[in-house]
Amino acid sequence: MSSPNSAYPDTPESQTQTKPKRREWPLWEVFIRGQHGMSHRHVGSLHAPDEEMAIKNARDVYTRRNEGVSIWVVEARHIAASSPSQKGPLYEPSECKVYRHPTFFDIPDEVGAM
Amino acid sequence: MYAQMVKSEATQEDPELLAAFQARIDAGEKIEPKDWMPAGYRKTLIRQIGQHAHSEIVGQLPEGNWITRAPTLERKAILLAKVQDEAGHGLYLYCAAETLGVTRDEMTEMLLDGRMKYSSIFNYPTLTWADMGAVGWLVDGAAIMNQVPLQRTSFGPYARAMIRVCKEESFHQRQGYAVMMKMASGTPAQKAMAQNALNRLWFPSLMMFGPSDADSTHSVQSMAWKIKMNTNDELRQKFVDQTVPQAEYLGLTVPDKTLKWNDEKGGYDFAEPDWDEFFEVIKGNGPCNTERLAARNKAWDEGKWVRDGLLAHAQKRKMRKVAAE
Repeated sequence: MSSPNSAYPDTPESQTQTKPKRREWPLWEVFIRGQHGMSHRHVGSLHAPDEEMAIKNARDVYTRRNEGVSIWVVEARHIAASSPSQKGPLYEPSECKVYRHPTFFDIPDEVGAM
Repeated sequence: MYAQMVKSEATQEDPELLAAFQARIDAGEKIEPKDWMPAGYRKTLIRQIGQHAHSEIVGQLPEGNWITRAPTLERKAILLAKVQDEAGHGLYLYCAAETLGVTRDEMTEMLLDGRMKYSSIFNYPTLTWADMGAVGWLVDGAAIMNQVPLQRTSFGPYARAMIRVCKEESFHQRQGYAVMMKMASGTPAQKAMAQNALNRLWFPSLMMFGPSDADSTHSVQSMAWKIKMNTNDELRQKFVDQTVPQAEYLGLTVPDKTLKWNDEKGGYDFAEPDWDEFFEVIKGNGPCNTERLAARNKAWDEGKWVRDGLLAHAQKRKMRKVAAE
């Protein structure tokens, strides 16, 4: 895992460290539950001075057309993210474990649905 | 388009990395912010997405001009919703650009001091209510031409922003056309107003696609990177072919005497806009450049106490919370 990044969890570190300190509203990541029974999904980000305003802004920016029944916001700098260079070590091991999928096993038709 | 004449940056990097990057794009993979990318790709995208975002924000001004004077409460509510959408589109796009390592405030400052541009179209005035129809129909129609293919652009955050924008843009164009239908089927004076709006906005709308870029090296690079999906001429042709029958339905005349269906190419032949005028507008000499930038600067300067005040309040609350714990 790479460490959380103050400007944006997705921004390469080198892009943000040289910047002089500016007084900008922090960046928040917005998650919306589209319907009851569904999980929250990342929909985008926005700037706001605090969590209360972040939720108000999220309502205006991301739910103008009934897109949600619940909003989560989290300051972007609190998100830790895996880095693309770790793609191999992280995900390759699961690629060779085909037996984890039900289709790996041949069950005779006579047995019926399983 | 909303991003016109975006220069692509030359890139001098490890040929192997560049080839691998190009292979990913050719394979249809999305490039995400933390992935390696050529410096030129990053710079060109910041310029293009930034210009696109600025256009959404400045684009609120010509329409905002008519909110208080809409003919009915329903039209007012619709226009208000449309202008609010434009603000939202600007915000989606600023966030997409921010993933490339520039901040929204930095981009705003570059807009305000003229280092970054917005679309030439918003430097034209909106003189009558019929312009609200023509802007939605023509300007948003032209924007859709460009934004629909950009949903497949190679940079993930830009493509995702475009998907959100396109979902909402169709409402904009249809509400504009609905205003035009009403005006065109109204009194002779109302119909004349609609025709006048079409006369004034037709060529500026064609300019939105930018001058022919068939021979531009910048375009070749941007198309290889899939941050530009079609040539300017292709999109302009498509726009004309789609719009002319819509004008005919309204009973309005496109202000181009040379306009003629060409069976051979399966599209219309049409007159080019006055490119000298376009370059003057881009340079800052359009009818409303000064007014638009002054309005943005005023909003930014007069909003400073709000931005600072809310930040100070948030910090104070945080300190109190820490003290209480």
